[in-house]
Amino acid sequence: MPDAEAAVAVRFERVGKRYGATDVLSDISLDAGRGTTTCIIGPSGSGKSTLLRCTNLLTRPDTGRVLIDGVDITRPGVDVDAMRVRVGMVFQHFHLFSHLDVLDNVTLGLRRVRRMARAEAEARALVQLRAVGLEGLERRRPAALSGGQQQRVAIARALAMEPAVMLFDEATSALDPELVKGILKVMRDLALSGMTMLVVTHEMRFAREVAGNVVFMDRGRIVETGPPDRLFDHPQTARLQQFLDQVL
Amino acid sequence: MLGGLARIQNTFFDVPMIAHVMPTLLRVGLPNTILLAVLSSLIGMAVGLMIATGLLARPVGVRLGCRVYVDVLRGLPHILTIYLIGQGLPIAGLSLFGTDTYAYAALSIGLIEGAYMAEIFRAGLQSVERGQIEAARTLGMTKWQTMRDIILPQGIRRVLPPLTGQFILVIKGTALVFLLGLTSSQREIFSIAQDSAINNANLSPLTAAGILYLALTVPMTYAVNAWERRLRGERQGGPANA
Repeated sequence: MPDAEAAVAVRFERVGKRYGATDVLSDISLDAGRGTTTCIIGPSGSGKSTLLRCTNLLTRPDTGRVLIDGVDITRPGVDVDAMRVRVGMVFQHFHLFSHLDVLDNVTLGLRRVRRMARAEAEARALVQLRAVGLEGLERRRPAALSGGQQQRVAIARALAMEPAVMLFDEATSALDPELVKGILKVMRDLALSGMTMLVVTHEMRFAREVAGNVVFMDRGRIVETGPPDRLFDHPQTARLQQFLDQVL
Repeated sequence: MLGGLARIQNTFFDVPMIAHVMPTLLRVGLPNTILLAVLSSLIGMAVGLMIATGLLARPVGVRLGCRVYVDVLRGLPHILTIYLIGQGLPIAGLSLFGTDTYAYAALSIGLIEGAYMAEIFRAGLQSVERGQIEAARTLGMTKWQTMRDIILPQGIRRVLPPLTGQFILVIKGTALVFLLGLTSSQREIFSIAQDSAINNANLSPLTAAGILYLALTVPMTYAVNAWERRLRGERQGGPANA
């Protein structure tokens, strides 16, 4: 079934990761369809961020394989830097380059990695910044921005590289409550535009409305997975039921 | 009692003698001291940055070699190292700079300072948040690009005050090069003062040298402290990154 294969953007095959005596990830197998949004939920320490970080090898799995567009990125000898260009990532704490202004934050990757001339990179960065509603703030330093604005810059920085997959690691968890909505809207628009997204989140409403597939993790394992209405309305496991009782 | 005080004054604070040696100290000694301190610090910074990267490198051999360098050069009395390098290299046939004592002096102090500066740089490089590095690598930037565009620019800023502090130590450390025997025009502050003290059988020239050293080091010390306070304030006063 070549069509079915081509529809898978990210595939985890029996991925495992140990830190010392603890299995942070054990036997994770998961497909993320192209153009779909997969939300990963679960209590803290369940391994969801670690799983996300395995997608661009910020964390390298001990066992199993990770495939992006059918290519095994965990194989030795893979050009990890080239792979990362195709996988954008947004962090909980933004991690904007603190010594660079907004525009340079977005253009640095384009200039260094994509080897674009400064003018071209800036033109592209301006388009991205406008798309996330940050026109006019190009010359600000990250420290002079609100958390919500910083996260928008981080999203623009990732999108400017034209990734095939976007990873969001609790992108709204560090934000003031009134700023969360704006970021979720940017993420929702991105999902609707057809981006393949893996989203670790505590925003159950977002997961319910945007996700094509929801994955519930606990103690390094996938406990339950399925479309949001089934997962949220008809949980099959007691563990998920218990989790939902606590967060909803 | 008064006779004792007068003797102390004549031995240490003989004003005419201080006035006599001061012009030479200012004209020859001061520029030489500063030049030597700057040269050694430049060597020290180059060496220190290399060693610091080595201390943080992955291969155990590299890390170990750099650690040994730092431990040995920080563990030896400076006077010993200056002798060994400054006198030893030319004797051993490694006459890198011909007979120019000045160059050997700068090299030996520079190599010592390299060990201290390596630790300063290492701390600076390590102070750069892990997330900054991850963000760069996530964009597809290589290790080297991340070092050049993210870690160095951020690390250097935090490292400047302690580096300047180290420079103050270098200024004082240059006094040791009198050991290597400098020509009259190469002499730095201490050598001139010492020669003059011996020739006049009076310590006042050394007092004059002391005044000059203090004039250099004390204001710099206060400047560094103020600078560090400001940087700390900036980091705490900045919007929460967490």
